[in-house]
Amino acid sequence: MKTFLRLVGLVRPFFWWMLLAAIAGFAATGSGIGLLMTSAYIIAKAALQPPMSDIQLGMAGVRFFGIARGAFRYAERLISHDATFRILARLRLWFYDALEPLAPARLLAFRSGDLLQRIVDDIQSLENIYARVLAPPVTALLTALLIWFLIGIWSPEAALVTLGFQLAAGFGLPLLAAGLGRGLGGRITELRARQQTETVDFTQGLGELRVYGQLDACLERMKANEAEILRLQKKNAWIESMQESLVGICMNSALIGVLLVLLPSVPSGHLSGITLSVIMLAVMASFESFAPLPAAAGHIEADIHAGKRLFEIIDAKPEVAVPPEPQPFPAHPDIRMRNLTFSYPGSPDKTLDGVTIDIPEGLHVAIVGPSGAGKSTIAALLVRFWNTAPGELVIGGTDIGAFDPEELRRNLSLVSQRTYLFGETIRDNLLLAKPEASDTELAEALESAGIGHFAGRLEDWAGQHGMQISGGERQRIAIARMILQDAPVVILDEATASLDMPTDRAVTKTIDALTAEKTLLTITHRLYSMARFDAIYVLDRGKVVEKGTHSELLQRNGLYKAMWDLQHENAPAL
Amino acid sequence: MNVDRRLTALAKTRKVPFIVSLVSGTIAALTLVWQTALLSRIIDGAFLGKQTLGDLSPLLWLFALASILRMLLSWFSVYQAKRGAILLKQDLFSRLTSATGKLGPQFSRSLQSGSLSATLTKGIEALDAYFSQYLPQLWFAIAVPLIILIAVVTSDPLSALILLLSAPLIPLFMMLIGKSAGAMTDRQWQTMSRMSGYFLDRLQGLTTLKLFARSREQRQGIESTGESFRHATMQVLKIAFLSSLTLELTGTIGTAIIAVGVGIRLLGDHIAFLPALFVLMLTPDFYLPLRQLGLRFHAGKEGISASKDIFFLLDKAEETPNPGHGMLPENLLKEQPIKFNNISYTYPGAVAPAIEGLTCSFPPGKTTAITGPSGSGKSTLVSLLLRFVKPEKGSITINDTSIDSLSEEAWLSRIAWVPQHPFLFNASIRENLLLARKNADDAELRDALAHAGLDELLKNMPEELDTIIGEQGARLSGGEAQRLALARAFLRNAPVLILDEPTSNTDPLLERSLRTAMHRLMAGRTVIIIAHRQETIRNADSIIVLRNGTIAQSGTHAELIAAGGYYSSVSPAAPEEDA
Repeated sequence: MKTFLRLVGLVRPFFWWMLLAAIAGFAATGSGIGLLMTSAYIIAKAALQPPMSDIQLGMAGVRFFGIARGAFRYAERLISHDATFRILARLRLWFYDALEPLAPARLLAFRSGDLLQRIVDDIQSLENIYARVLAPPVTALLTALLIWFLIGIWSPEAALVTLGFQLAAGFGLPLLAAGLGRGLGGRITELRARQQTETVDFTQGLGELRVYGQLDACLERMKANEAEILRLQKKNAWIESMQESLVGICMNSALIGVLLVLLPSVPSGHLSGITLSVIMLAVMASFESFAPLPAAAGHIEADIHAGKRLFEIIDAKPEVAVPPEPQPFPAHPDIRMRNLTFSYPGSPDKTLDGVTIDIPEGLHVAIVGPSGAGKSTIAALLVRFWNTAPGELVIGGTDIGAFDPEELRRNLSLVSQRTYLFGETIRDNLLLAKPEASDTELAEALESAGIGHFAGRLEDWAGQHGMQISGGERQRIAIARMILQDAPVVILDEATASLDMPTDRAVTKTIDALTAEKTLLTITHRLYSMARFDAIYVLDRGKVVEKGTHSELLQRNGLYKAMWDLQHENAPAL
Repeated sequence: MNVDRRLTALAKTRKVPFIVSLVSGTIAALTLVWQTALLSRIIDGAFLGKQTLGDLSPLLWLFALASILRMLLSWFSVYQAKRGAILLKQDLFSRLTSATGKLGPQFSRSLQSGSLSATLTKGIEALDAYFSQYLPQLWFAIAVPLIILIAVVTSDPLSALILLLSAPLIPLFMMLIGKSAGAMTDRQWQTMSRMSGYFLDRLQGLTTLKLFARSREQRQGIESTGESFRHATMQVLKIAFLSSLTLELTGTIGTAIIAVGVGIRLLGDHIAFLPALFVLMLTPDFYLPLRQLGLRFHAGKEGISASKDIFFLLDKAEETPNPGHGMLPENLLKEQPIKFNNISYTYPGAVAPAIEGLTCSFPPGKTTAITGPSGSGKSTLVSLLLRFVKPEKGSITINDTSIDSLSEEAWLSRIAWVPQHPFLFNASIRENLLLARKNADDAELRDALAHAGLDELLKNMPEELDTIIGEQGARLSGGEAQRLALARAFLRNAPVLILDEPTSNTDPLLERSLRTAMHRLMAGRTVIIIAHRQETIRNADSIIVLRNGTIAQSGTHAELIAAGGYYSSVSPAAPEEDA
């Protein structure tokens, strides 16, 4: 219920739109009722063969209601679709706004597109919360009131009977459906989630499954899961198809009930036969707006599930907040880490354990060590994806927490191992780093990054739907971004690790030339040309185990030497 | 063949529920007519016949009976249609997954990421509305109006004529809608998916956006794509809804004309009240199925869009030849070399062949190292060996038997495979290992993990062998994943070992133990290794240097160095310029 109210709260800004649509919907149903009532009036009245003028009003009425019904229905469709699109846009924005401060910490669990796709689908499914869940009860309620009023004029008892069956259709049936289908929706969602992971496993692990002869077993498992989903869907279908028919039964029961109440007073003349005919057709027409109600109840359950999943993701405190009085980024960004200790939430292990590192302005420093030593965590702390506590991380004499994180990130350029390219043009992907850059600047940056030929392809689309870009080109685009950003501090976090050796060397050479004047922190596990660094820190299991220059470290005969030997007695081929 | 016809043909494979649905739905329409006749007689009896409740009660009972009958029939009809759709979905799911399995990993990798799993799940689900709603409605849109028309003819031919004349307007509009709606729904489907694609893209790249301090500005982009989508779609919908407005108006104006028509004839005493009321009450039900067809057409349209991907997969799988059934004698692989005879392969859509005229031999019990720059065809060679792709020309043979003639089981059960990026299933470590040998016990699993240098990691796992790994569980590093693949290979204990040598291990201690493990694994087997390290290449029994899909050089290390050329030029004697 709480989830549902929160969801409703989200669409509240569109209250007036929704109300307008609901009123238009009601007006359409009302016109339908009016059409049948006036039609019945005409023929009932005419059966008594009065003068033509007596049915003139009725004839005007049928024409009016006939056209009004179509017009109102058209208006309702337009308004409700418009509201639906507005709601969808708003939901996306809302989710983005809520997620943005939490990133990237909360996104760690959603590394693959398939899992993110589920979030996007959840949001998409909520767009119908208005059209399928909120609007039908409002229209039904207004219709019930109208019928209560119309029938009540002639016979309060008949109005009461009608209302009774409308309540049964509007409340009883949805409750019955919810009771019969209790847990079905949730169970199906659960199985669907399992199917999702199974399918990802299946499509991506196809090679392993085939080589190890497990394809058939996997197919059997998937089919069993799908069969279970379909079995539940069949049960659901049984309930759903019953609902439609039961609304029909409610309508017919209302007709019988009204007849039982009214018939005795017709022969006596208390109630005219004309009125009887008119009331009967009004009752028939009014049930149109009760038909979608049982389904609405089903949608509530699905919406709550989707809502819960979304709230679960965003109901977290942001890791990093903007300080009340942010300090400007210092002119001399000496970086000093003292006793830096860090654990990822939920993990008992210390990723960093008392790390002390100095990166003086203008120097080139490397952090090396086996994978899992905590090297990348240092980069993440420097760009403040996480808070640093305990220990000290100071830039230019100011604690890192005193900067506005965005200001900080503008002054630190991080190139990591994997570069994300957006599904936009190459130009857009580059402008991210410097929105005001001219095409000449872009061309220069691309040239310096060693992919000058991309300057002619600025309009080409990158990303998933775009052109094929190799890993090397991708990293060079990241470097072009770095050049454009022109920050005083550059951090390379395994920036070239995914490239083959010759490309790695070429890219590294480019970066070295470009950062000659800047403060550079290189994080790497590939050891070559190490003499170019002013200082090298060796990290192992979260601790600095050695530090010095390349030649000092080689003489020490420790982990660094071992790593060096490992990589050089058998120099990587090709 | 056109998609609609293919889908209908598909429905014919599960006829029974659909036929039952159509029959009971049609009978329900007959009871509707009966019901209306009863109701109009009751009202007529009370109104003009001045009959009492007692006189009318038999009719009321019959009316109640008709109501219940109709409810049961329509319930049954709707349920059967849904059941039919579910049966079809089940068939399709099983056919599609089998087709995907047959097409193999090379094919699934060639598709856009996520699109294959979307077709398997959402794509099939999208067909539900087509089968359960649209297809049956095609029948009801003809049968129900026809039944009502016949009923009306018997009581008032003139009204029947009006209905008959207005009815063709509806299919006419339907066709008009159908034409514009077809193109429109496709377009809307596209913008819709583009918009949600845009949103997904922002979420995926959120870390990057944060790095450039641009994440907050993106909300404008999200807002404006949403807005422009709404604008564009509303423009289209304004027109699209016009056609349904005309449909609606045909219905309501038809009703109005009939009401006025019979009203005037009643005045002149040309018609009795009873048939007039009967006709009037039936008129809305005459138009209803036609209007519903319009709505359900839209619901079904989505299925048609989705079915294009489904049929694409099924057709592709159909084109792919089935694997053979041949068996492989137990010891043949230990005695005979695996031979590549003049093999060529070009990836679909590629210009240049990945492998061209490749002839080579992998002697039993020996290690052959494959080396060459990236893009030289190393991994294609492995894909060919694993039968992920079929050679266009030439064949891979053992003792003159083509491996294509062997059954999947006969060939692949002899192979252990350690890829560069092994896939970890969202399952426990145990299940991830049992893949390689179903009946291995825990002791064997631990042994294999220890051989692969993962015993340390296992100790740190919260639930040991039962720890869930993969995307939604503990994530292993690339190096750890590769070691897990090594552990799989140990368990497999197959005569042929295909290895993509690990490149990125950096812990010196671990590296040594791993190398020992690899040597132990390689001993006595036919090893084909994509080698990245000088040591591995040097120690191999023979070396094949690939370049642009052909063999540039082959021989032992000493032979190749002596021969000079490409190999010696990229094989540095002194490893590091500044060492």
